[in-house]
Amino acid sequence: MAKLTYREAVRAAMREAMAADPRVFLMGEDVGLHGGAFAVSMGLFEEFGPERIRDTPLMESTFVGAGIGAAVGGMRPIVEVMTINFSLLALDQIVNTAAALRHMSGGQLSVPLVVRMASGGGRGLAAQHSHSLEGWYAHVPGIKVATPATVADAKGLLLAALADPDPVLVFEHATLYPMEGEDADDTPMTLGRAAVRRAGDDVTIIAYGGSLPKALAAADALAAEEIAAEVLDLRTLRPLDVEAIVASVAKTHHAVVVDEMWRTGSFAGEIAAIIMERAFDELDAPVARVASAEVPMPYSKPLEDAALPSAEKIVAAARRLFS
Amino acid sequence: MGEFVLPKLGADMSRGRLVEWVKKPGERVARGEVIAVIETDKANVEVEAYDSGTLEKILVAPGSEWLPVGTPLAVIGGEEVQSAPAPEVPRAPPTLPVSAPRDSPPAPAPRAPARAPEAPRPPVRPREAPRAAPAPRAAEGARLHVSPAARRRAQALGVDIATVRGSGPDGRIVLEDVEAAARGASLAAPVPAADKRTRMREAIAAAMARSKREIPHYYLATTIDLGRALAWLASYNAARPVTERMLYGVLLLKAVALALRQVPELNGFWIEGHAQVSEAVHLGVAISLRGGGLVAPALHDADKLALPELMTRLQDLVTRARASSLRSSEMTDATITVTSLGERGVEAVYGVIYPPQVALVGFGKVVTRPWAVDGAVRPREVVTATLSGDHRASDGHRGGIFLDALDRLLQEPENL
Repeated sequence: MAKLTYREAVRAAMREAMAADPRVFLMGEDVGLHGGAFAVSMGLFEEFGPERIRDTPLMESTFVGAGIGAAVGGMRPIVEVMTINFSLLALDQIVNTAAALRHMSGGQLSVPLVVRMASGGGRGLAAQHSHSLEGWYAHVPGIKVATPATVADAKGLLLAALADPDPVLVFEHATLYPMEGEDADDTPMTLGRAAVRRAGDDVTIIAYGGSLPKALAAADALAAEEIAAEVLDLRTLRPLDVEAIVASVAKTHHAVVVDEMWRTGSFAGEIAAIIMERAFDELDAPVARVASAEVPMPYSKPLEDAALPSAEKIVAAARRLFS
Repeated sequence: MGEFVLPKLGADMSRGRLVEWVKKPGERVARGEVIAVIETDKANVEVEAYDSGTLEKILVAPGSEWLPVGTPLAVIGGEEVQSAPAPEVPRAPPTLPVSAPRDSPPAPAPRAPARAPEAPRPPVRPREAPRAAPAPRAAEGARLHVSPAARRRAQALGVDIATVRGSGPDGRIVLEDVEAAARGASLAAPVPAADKRTRMREAIAAAMARSKREIPHYYLATTIDLGRALAWLASYNAARPVTERMLYGVLLLKAVALALRQVPELNGFWIEGHAQVSEAVHLGVAISLRGGGLVAPALHDADKLALPELMTRLQDLVTRARASSLRSSEMTDATITVTSLGERGVEAVYGVIYPPQVALVGFGKVVTRPWAVDGAVRPREVVTATLSGDHRASDGHRGGIFLDALDRLLQEPENL
């Protein structure tokens, strides 16, 4: 299987989808000539032209709304929002319109919209470009939330999102764009399936998106202490693969949930609650959470590092479950 | 402010009984000073304080029941307490006979069992965390902290959760504890009262079974010519009054201590999957007791003691071991054990390592054998020295180097 970067994998998925289906198009801020703020759509403008790679004004509510309209009208739009922070300007369109239309129309309307956005911290871009709010969106029924953490998933989950008849938000953790990895094979992926990225018997580390590499590094460090960690990549937050979580915790009896959201109200809290509801009798220790510090993301690199989850913090949390 | 808890004086100790308080409430206690006498399954032991401070309060009266290791026995105040008494720390209500001041009712029961603080310990004591220093069992009426998985497993295995001691964070009973209890390995399970000899056997059984279960032993033997050493000793003793004479065993002990410097991985412990080499050489000397059984208290810093001093210490140790008045540091500090069955006519002893130590040196009887000396066969006095090594901590090659060093050291007795 060929090696490519996460960024190239997203681009490859869009190219493949546009080549296969004339209803698919991309729009967003600077996605055309500039190639996107994170260079994800680089080259697509030249390949597919201004009709299908469309630059929009800096007005998230408007262009996400336009995407919803296009989807309802029969197109398969991909809308790129530059960062998760900016998506808040489109929250009304996403929550009140995209998520609700199928239900409010008694199933007469569907919104096959894909919204892609960069999420997460770690790049020194401070409090208006670095947050992790995907759990807010995962709260809302009517939309689906994908958080690809590997190169193969960056491509495969985006194609699965495009194949879905309902709105899907895809959160691309911005630190992952340069990451290299194996390309996806041709098997279509399904939204709502978690994956065990590393097997182990002693503790389950549950992670998604940008936290997965940290969880895997933590598992390596724990192995040196003879704690065999299983790393479960959630892949999608809605639908959530509850059975995979329960099965892993039933095996290891210990869980550490890693989440880049702020601790209070984090998605990790939801996971912990599910484990309590579904696997209480399997637990040999309370569920541990590793989340971001409760501050707007600092610009200073050392402070940003201190605020974010890290492999060291995951190791420490896992260790505390045993002693 | 710290709790003085019932210490674990060796791998074979799970419980103890308070015999006597040497210090009284209000008295100053210095670190290393004897504070109380504890009866273990093997002996009465004078227990030394881990911290300096004031003995504020005695929690367990003399003549107590058998108490699990980790039970708080007394409260020792820190240096600052003298000028400004600290407020009473909330703690579990005592389940044990307590000689608390009559005018103060027991403190209100907190939900959590009191946690044994990590007391600073003599530096060479092997740290057998977390299992060796478990939190005390939950006080009566207090809620037991049991993980859901442990609770369910206990039900499935028919284990009474109240008899299980928790080894998890804050003393929580976890899955492993229940499984250990079901295997009958729970140290906290009440042991039926038995006479001293039976209890001694049980303690030895626990330690030796653990050793053979966990330690991959290897065994080496070499025969050492003691001709020079014994001749040197005879001339040394000839010039001295009986009280200053030495036994050849002292030469063997000193030679072992010095040889360990050359192969330090035999001197120390194997704890939680890791070797802990000890810089200090504290020889545990196996001493058989008149009533049966044995103890192996430590001769501290044997490599640094001159032979006459070593002789004095050895005699003192044997006397006190048989009088059952050993000190707690002597019970815990040994970094290797030396045993000799020569007096019983045994020619070689292949010993069982005392965990968490990683080696045991054995000596047999000194026998006269035909021996090649300078190309001629002569009668010589020789002894068989054996090494039982923990293969996790050392290899036979290194063990061989140790025995070779031992041999060479004994050829130059004047340098011991």
